[in-house]
Amino acid sequence: MMFHKFANPTRFLRLSIALTPWFAVLTVTMLGAGLYLGLFKAPPDYQQGESVRIMYVHVPAAWMAMFTYSMMAAMSAAALIWKHPVATLVAKSSAPIGACFTFLALVTGSLWGKPMWGTWWVWDARLTSVLVLFFLYLGYIALHNAFDDARRGGQAASILAIVGFVNVPIIKLSVDWWNTLHQPASVVRMDGPTIDASMLAPLLLMAGAYTFYYFWVLMVRVRGELIAQKVRVLQMKQAQGNQGDMS
Amino acid sequence: MVWDKFFDMGGYAAYVWPAFSLSAVVLLVMLVVSLKFLKSQQRLLKQLESSNPEQARETKT
Repeated sequence: MMFHKFANPTRFLRLSIALTPWFAVLTVTMLGAGLYLGLFKAPPDYQQGESVRIMYVHVPAAWMAMFTYSMMAAMSAAALIWKHPVATLVAKSSAPIGACFTFLALVTGSLWGKPMWGTWWVWDARLTSVLVLFFLYLGYIALHNAFDDARRGGQAASILAIVGFVNVPIIKLSVDWWNTLHQPASVVRMDGPTIDASMLAPLLLMAGAYTFYYFWVLMVRVRGELIAQKVRVLQMKQAQGNQGDMS
Repeated sequence: MVWDKFFDMGGYAAYVWPAFSLSAVVLLVMLVVSLKFLKSQQRLLKQLESSNPEQARETKT
């Protein structure tokens, strides 16, 4: 299985070093194109005017908030079931990135909601479930740091990530299940996007940019974690060596 | 001016620009923090390996 090949940290390290520059280039290119089309070429909305441009930073952030969480939950499951050493680090490294995406989705949504709905915030299903997602990320990070034994902290956090995954489909379906101010899906729907191509193109470019940004930062963080593990082993050995000298 | 009109965002400047600039700041800070973390760990590893080359060889796989 492809997946198991990358369980080997050395192999993963080599792969991530090779991929990182590509992720960086793709992020910057798609971001440039997306911002250009989104800010200059895409038309204002016939109802929302120019405020609709907030969509180009709000929707990708919201999508990535859910994508990153799904990744974190899947990797947590892999970590618990197969004791996959890289999966643990991928999950751990995803959490702060996902928290950033969720924070941005909430704040840009608020900045969009004020002029369009007349309020910064409503306690409806969509907004509340995304706020819960934000707290799940924070809880996951806190649990990781709450134990002296890093492995136990990782296990507790993994369980939270898996249980909390139930929130992801709730977010997606919240706009269909309950009455909400939030508009329903207009891109990811069974009968195809209902949004015009002139707006869909910059939106998808921005979504692509956010996706590659996630993988770029993820590679950097996982590499940092892998080296940090090595550093800890060396420090421990050195400490033992020093003790040996003294006795 | 064409640019004045652009920056005015049809009267929604106070909402559109904070949304874009906050996104830029948050994502940039996340990236920089992650790169700094990687660099600091790389530096630490190099220090440890040079101070104790024998042990470093043992942990390398």
